[in-house]
Amino acid sequence: MRVEVDQPKCVASGQCVLVAPQVFDQDDEGTVQLLDATPGPELDEDVRESAAICPAAAIRLVEA
Amino acid sequence: MTDTVMDTPTGLPEHPMPRATGCPFDPPPALKDLQAERPVSRVRIWDGSSPWMITRHEDVRALLGDPRISADPRRPGYPHRSAATRERDRTRNTLLTTDDPEHARLRRMVTAPFAIRKVEALRPSVRRIVDDLIEEMLAGPNPTDLVEAFALPLPSLVICALLGVPYEQHDFFQRHSRVLVHRASTREELLASSEALTDYLDGLLAAKLADPADDVLSTLAVERVATGELTRRQAAETGVLLLVAGHETTANMIALGTLALLRNPDQLALLRDRDDPKLVASAVEELLRYLNIVHSGRRRVALEDIEIGGELIHAGDGVIFANDIANRDPGAFPDPDRLDLTRDARRHVAFGYGVHQCLGQPLARVELQVAYSTLYSRIPTLAPATDFDQLEFKHDGFVYGVYELPVRW
Ligand code: HEM
Ligand code: SF4
Repeated sequence: MRVEVDQPKCVASGQCVLVAPQVFDQDDEGTVQLLDATPGPELDEDVRESAAICPAAAIRLVEA
Repeated sequence: MTDTVMDTPTGLPEHPMPRATGCPFDPPPALKDLQAERPVSRVRIWDGSSPWMITRHEDVRALLGDPRISADPRRPGYPHRSAATRERDRTRNTLLTTDDPEHARLRRMVTAPFAIRKVEALRPSVRRIVDDLIEEMLAGPNPTDLVEAFALPLPSLVICALLGVPYEQHDFFQRHSRVLVHRASTREELLASSEALTDYLDGLLAAKLADPADDVLSTLAVERVATGELTRRQAAETGVLLLVAGHETTANMIALGTLALLRNPDQLALLRDRDDPKLVASAVEELLRYLNIVHSGRRRVALEDIEIGGELIHAGDGVIFANDIANRDPGAFPDPDRLDLTRDARRHVAFGYGVHQCLGQPLARVELQVAYSTLYSRIPTLAPATDFDQLEFKHDGFVYGVYELPVRW
C-alpha cells in the first residue's frame, strides 16, 4: 500500500500522528509530514484508520 | 403526535429537544427517534425557520467534510443559536465562522502550538498543575466543589500559560466566558462580554507587541499583527476564541466525566486500578463520545443542492449536525448507550469533523488524560457529596456539564 498526503488540505488535527506515528509526523506548523510512503503490511490497519479518521480527507491510500 | 417527538402546529419537531428526566448523560430521546426513523429531516428552531437535522454518524462525517457546506453565519439560511449570537456573528469573523480559503489562512496562523510534539512537551507541566491542584484540594474543606477546585482551574491555568494571559485575572475572563456559552444570555450581555474580552485581549496584544514573551499571543502579535497579516482586532478575536474554547469545554469534560465515572463504578475501577496509558487514552475518547458536551449541534448552511439520506437539501438551507446522537449511532458504535472505556471510540465526532475539527484537541486530550489518570488514583475514596437528583446540569448551555459537583473523600 502506498500513502499520499495532501498538505494544503491538512488542518493540523494531529489525529494521524496519534494513530500511526511510524507513518505520519507534523512539521513545525503542525502540517502533516509523511515519514514512510510505503509502510509494511503490519501497519495496514493503522494507516487505514488514519485515512478514515483524518477530518480533512488529506490522506489517500493507493492499494498496491 | 408520538410520545417523544414533540409536534408543533406545522408538524416539525422543535430543536433543541429536552433530555429525559433522570438520564442527564443521554441525548434527547426524540433525537434517537429521528435517527432511527428519519435520519435526515427538518426541525423547527427559535426563529421559526426549519433547518435540516443530520443525525447519523456516517452522514455527519460525510457532510461536515463537504466543501458544499458553509460555516459562515452571515449567509442567509444559517441556523443561528439565538438572536443574540446572530447579532454577535454579524460583526466577527474568526476561523470558526469562515470558509476556506480564508479559514485555512486564519487557522494556519495558530496551528503550530497544537502540534502533537509541542503538546506532548507540555505534559510534564500539566502533571505539575494537576498535582498542585489536588494537593490544595486535599488541604482544603471536605466536601468541596470539584468544578471550582479542580475542573475549571486546570484548563484555565494551562491555556493562560500557553497564550500568555495572566491567570490572576481569571475571575474576569471566566465570568465573561460563561456568558458566551450560555444560551439564555441576552443580546446585550453577549455583546458586552464579547467586547470586554476582545478589548482585554487587544490590550494584552499591544503589550506583547512592545515586549514579546514566549507565548502564543506574542507570536500572533509579532508574526501576524506587526506584518499586517492580521489587524490587532482580528488577532484579539482569535485570542478570545482560543481562551474561551480552551477552558469551558475541557472543564466541563473533567467534571461531567468524573460524575459519569462515579455513576459507573466498574469503569472507574478499571481506570483507577490499571496504570495503563493506552487504557487512559481510550477512556478519554470514550468519555468524549459518550458525553459529547458541545451538544447544541454544529451549525452550517448549504451552498449547493445536496442529496443525502434520500432527501434533497437545497442551496441556502440551514443544516444542524447532531453530533451528540451521531456519537450514539448503533451503526458506528455497538451498544452505543453503554460507557465502555475499552471500546475503540476514536471515530467519535465530539470534536466535530471536517476542516473546523477542534484545533485544541491535542491539548484537550493531554489535559483529560492527565486529569483522569491522576485524580481517582490519588483520591481513591472520591465520592459525590450530594444526591444525584440535586445536581444541576447545563441544559441551557452551548457546552453541557454540571454547574457544581460537590465531592468528598
Ligand atoms: C474537551 C474539550 C473540547 C471539546 C469537546 C471541543 C470541541 C470542539 C468542537 C465540537 C469544535 C468544532 C466546531 C465546529 O465545527 O463548528 C471545536 C472547534 C475549535 N476548538 Fe475545541 N474543543 C475542546 C477543547 C479545545 C481547546 C483546549 C482549544 C484551544 C486551546 C480549542 C479550540 C478550538 C478552536 C480554535 C476551534 C475552531 C476550529 C476551526 O473552526 O477551524 N478547543 N472544538
Ligand atoms: S489527520 Fe489529516 S488533518 Fe489531521 S494532521 Fe493528519 S493529515 Fe492533517
